[in-house]
Amino acid sequence: MHFKEGEVRIPSGCAILGVIDKSRKRFSGEDMIRAITVMHERGNGLGGGFAGYGIYPEYKDYYAFHVFYDDASIKKQCELFLDEHFDIINLSKIPTRKMSEIKDEPLIWRYFLAPHPTKLKSSQLDEREFVAKSVFKINTTIKGAYVFSSGKNMGVFKAVGYPEDVGRFYKLEEYEGYCFTAHGRYPTNTPGWWGGAHPFALLDYSVVHNGEISSYDANRRCIEMYGYKCTLLTDTEVITYIVDYLHRKKGLDFKEIASVIAAPFWNTIVNYPDEERKKCEYLRNAFASLLITGPFSIIIGCQDGMVALNDRLKLRPMVVAEKGDKVFVSTEECAIRVIEPNLDRIWAPKGGEAVIIKLEDERL
Amino acid sequence: MKRVYVNEQWCLGCRLCEYHCAFANSKESDMVKALKNKRIAPNIRVESKGNINFAVSCRHCEDPLCVRGCITGALQKIDGLITVDKERCIHCYTCIVCCPYGAIAPSDDGAIQKCELCIKNNNGTPACVRGCINQAIVYEER
Amino acid sequence: MNYIYPEYEVVRNHSRCITCRACENQCANNVHSYVECENRMESNDDACVNCHRCVTICPTRALKIAKTDHVFRENANWTGKTINEIYKQAQSGGVLLSSMGNPENYPVYFDKILINASQVTNPSIDPLREPMETRVFLGSKSHDIVRDAAGKIVTETTPQLDLSIPVMFSAMSYGSISYNAHESLAKAAQKLGIYYNTGEGGLHEDFYKYSKNTIVQVASGRFGVHKDYLTAAAAIEIKMGQGAKPGIGGHLPGTKIIGDVSRTRMIPEGSDAISPAPHHDIYSIEDLRQLVFSLKEATDYKKPVIVKIAAVHNVTAIASGVVRSGADMIAIDGFRGGTGAAPTKIRDNVGIPIELALASVDKRLRDEGIRDKVSLIVGGSIRSSSDIVKAIALGADCVYIGSAALIAMGCHLCRNCQSGKCNWGIATQMPELVKRLNPAIAYQRLVNLISAWRHEIKEMMGGMGINSIESLKGNRLMLRGVGLNEKELSILGIYHAGE
Repeated sequence: MHFKEGEVRIPSGCAILGVIDKSRKRFSGEDMIRAITVMHERGNGLGGGFAGYGIYPEYKDYYAFHVFYDDASIKKQCELFLDEHFDIINLSKIPTRKMSEIKDEPLIWRYFLAPHPTKLKSSQLDEREFVAKSVFKINTTIKGAYVFSSGKNMGVFKAVGYPEDVGRFYKLEEYEGYCFTAHGRYPTNTPGWWGGAHPFALLDYSVVHNGEISSYDANRRCIEMYGYKCTLLTDTEVITYIVDYLHRKKGLDFKEIASVIAAPFWNTIVNYPDEERKKCEYLRNAFASLLITGPFSIIIGCQDGMVALNDRLKLRPMVVAEKGDKVFVSTEECAIRVIEPNLDRIWAPKGGEAVIIKLEDERL
Repeated sequence: MKRVYVNEQWCLGCRLCEYHCAFANSKESDMVKALKNKRIAPNIRVESKGNINFAVSCRHCEDPLCVRGCITGALQKIDGLITVDKERCIHCYTCIVCCPYGAIAPSDDGAIQKCELCIKNNNGTPACVRGCINQAIVYEER
Repeated sequence: MNYIYPEYEVVRNHSRCITCRACENQCANNVHSYVECENRMESNDDACVNCHRCVTICPTRALKIAKTDHVFRENANWTGKTINEIYKQAQSGGVLLSSMGNPENYPVYFDKILINASQVTNPSIDPLREPMETRVFLGSKSHDIVRDAAGKIVTETTPQLDLSIPVMFSAMSYGSISYNAHESLAKAAQKLGIYYNTGEGGLHEDFYKYSKNTIVQVASGRFGVHKDYLTAAAAIEIKMGQGAKPGIGGHLPGTKIIGDVSRTRMIPEGSDAISPAPHHDIYSIEDLRQLVFSLKEATDYKKPVIVKIAAVHNVTAIASGVVRSGADMIAIDGFRGGTGAAPTKIRDNVGIPIELALASVDKRLRDEGIRDKVSLIVGGSIRSSSDIVKAIALGADCVYIGSAALIAMGCHLCRNCQSGKCNWGIATQMPELVKRLNPAIAYQRLVNLISAWRHEIKEMMGGMGINSIESLKGNRLMLRGVGLNEKELSILGIYHAGE
C-alpha cells in the first residue's frame, strides 16, 4: 500500500543547496540544475525542487500562488475560493517540458493575487496572516488542491523525480533570480507525492532540509496551538511553520530564531556574558517546545535573504562558501565547485551556528 | 588516626555490632557456625537505658591508662592503636581495673581481649562498623 | 473470637538462627520473642504486617515471610480478601483504612506503552560522549516578545522553578512522615537541584535552610500556613485533591500531633488534625482564582502557584478551569497515588489512571491553546525512569514521586502507615522508631535513585536521537501502545506498535 504525505510520517535523507547574490544581481536557474546534479546520489528520485527569489519582478507586489490540482473540477472549486478572497491579477499554467523522467503530473497553475480589500478588512487580519490563512484553508478543505508556493516575487517548483529532471521539467533555466535554493530528496518508504517534495514554503518563507528531526511531534503539537495545521507530517513543513511563527508573528530575528530552534546547550549559555545569557535563557525557556533536536541542515529562504543552520550537534553535513557578492550553501562542496571553482572562502559552520546572509539594503 | 566512634543519636540498640564483632574474631567463615548456641564475648557492647543506646568499645585513648597499668608490656600503643600481645599477658587484669570505659575483658583463654579495630582479623573496616544497620558506628578521623 | 487468620507467616530457619534477638529488638509490632529456657526465638504471625524489617536485618538470613496457604473454600466472587474485610467490619463497625497506593489489579497503562529508538535514518546519541540535557523550567510560559527602546528583548518572566531533572518529591506532610524522612527529602532535593513538598504539615523550623528547594502546601485544613512559610518557599501548592482519596479530606490522629508536629502545624498537642474534604472557601472555580491570587499577593508575585488535583472523570474540564484561574502549574495525581491513610474503598475505587488523565488534559489544553500557560506535573505512581520518559512524551513537564522516594528510603510497602508504627522510621512519630531512619543514609539513597534514573533517561533519550528533554515533551510519536484497544489508543494519542 502506498501512502501519501500526511497519511504517514516519512523520514528522509537529502541534498540541499542555496545560492544568493547579496547585491540582488539576478542569475539563471541553470546553475542550480548543474550544481544539484552532482549530488544525484543523495536523492533517490522521489522528490526534487527549487525555490527562486526575485523571479517575478513584474508582479513583485502580488502574492504568487503555485497550485497543484488533481483535476479540472477541483481547480474550478479552488478558483471560486480564490476569486472570492482575492483579486486575481493574472493566472496561467506553469510552463513545463514533457519528459519521460517526470510522470503523473498534476495540473500546475500559477496565480498572482492581491487580497480582496473588503475581505481583508472584514477579516481583521494583517495582510500576510490573511494570505497564510487562505493557504491553510485551501490545503485543508479543498481535497485535491494544494498551494505549494504563496510568497511575493518568489516561487517554488517541485515534483517527484530527481532534482535535475525537475529543474528541466519546470524550465528553470528560463527564470532569473537573485537567490535560489534546491533540494534532492531521499524519502525512505513511499514513492513520494508532489506536494511532499521540498522546498516547503509559506508566504515568502521557504525551507529545504536534510535530516530527520527527533523532536518532530513535540514541535508539531506545539506549533499547532498557534494556528498552524501540519498536514504533511514532514519535518520541513513543521520547520517552515516554526520559522514563520518566530519571524513573522513574534518578530524574532534569525539569530534569535537560531537560539530557539538550535539553542545552545545550558552549559554553554551559562558562560555567556550576562546580557546574552539572560536572553538565551529567556528564549530557550519561553519557546522550549520549538527546540529542534535530531540531525538537520536547513536553508531558509525569505524576502530579506537566506539563512543556513545546522542542528547543534552538526549531525548533517553543510558547507558555506563565498565568491564576491555570491554566497553558496551546500550539503557537499562539490556542488559549489561545479558552478564556481574559484572561491574566496569556504568553511563548515559549527552546529547551531546560524549563517545569515542579508541582501544589501535589507535588514534580516 | 581513624577510630571507631558511636553516634548515640542513631544507635538503635539492636546489638548486631556485638554479633559482628564476635563473628569477626571467631576465625570461622560462616556466622551460623561461629555463633550458633555460643555465648558471645564481643569487644563492643551496647549499653541501653530506656530509649538511649550506646555501643562501647576501646577508644584508643591518647594517653591510655591501660597501657600505663600493664606491668608486662602486653598492652602497647603502636601508631595510635592499642594492641594486645597475648603471649605476654599474665592475666593480672590491672588493665581491666584501669580502663574507665570497661572496654577490656578477660577472654576464654584467660588473657585479656579488647578491640583492635579488626587489624588482626584483617577485615579492613571494623566489622561492627560494617554491620551497623544505621551508620551509628562509624570509622573515621575526628 | 478473632475471625481473621494471619495473611502472612514468619518462617524461621532455626538451624540458622543465632538468637541474636535483633528481630525482637526491631519489631514495633512485637512479633518476635525469645524463649529463654529453650534458647529459641518465637514469632506471633498475628501481629506481623510483612514490613521485612526483621528479614532485612537478620545477620544470618534465618527469616523470611511467606503468604499463608490457609485458604477459604474457592470462590471467584467471594475472595478471601473480601470475606476478611467483612469480618473486620463486622467486628469493628468502622471504615476500612489503608495506606500507600491502590494495589488492585487495574491496567497499568505505562506498562502497555513502548518507547522508540533511532535506527539508520537518524543517529542515536551517546550520552557519555555528547551533552544530554535534562534541565527544565516549570511555570507559565509567555510567547510575548517585548523589546525595550534599544530593541533588546525584555527577559523578565513570571516566576519559574529550575530543575536539573524533571522529578520532584511529592507532598508528604511532617506528621504523616517523620522528621528524619523530611530531612532526607529536603537534603536530597537540595543536592539534586530539584524540589520536595511539605504537604499539609507546615515547614519545621529546622528546614527553612532548605527553603530554596521547598514547595509549601496550602490545603483545606490550612495547617502550618503563615507568612514566613509562604515567603520562604520556592513555590506554593494549593492542594485540592489527592489521587488516593479524591473528594476526601485528611485526618491525622491526635496521637501523632505531639511536640514539634503540633508546633509546626500550629494546632494544640493531642488534637486531631482534620483537613476538610473541600476547601471551605472554594466551592467553585472562581473561588480558586481568588485563593491563587491571594497567595500571589501575599508573596509579591514572586512564587509560582501550583494547583494539585486528583485525576477524576472530568479532569480535563477541571484542568482547563484551573489554568484560567491563574495557576502556574497543575499537579495531577492519578488513582494509584499513595497516602498515609485513606478509606480502603475510596483508595481502591475512586479516580482514574494518571496516564489517561495526563494524555487527555495535555490534549485539551493544547486544543484550547493554553498549554503553555501552565506546566503539568503528574504523579500517582511513577515507578521508574521509563515511566518518566513515557509521562513526558505523553505531555508532562515534570513528575512527582512519593512512593518511589519512600521505597528508596527503606519503605517495603507493607501499607500500614495508618498504624503509626512504621518499623523503617518513615511513617511514624515514635522517637525510637524515627531514629531508625538516619538521614545521612536515606538522603544518599534518594540521590542515588534519582541519579540512576537520570542516567537511564539520558540513555533512552539518546536512543531516540533526542538530546534535550524539552524535545521529548509531548512527543507522542516516540510512543507506541501494545495490547490497547482503539479507544485507549485514541485517548493516549498514540499509535499501536506496528503502525
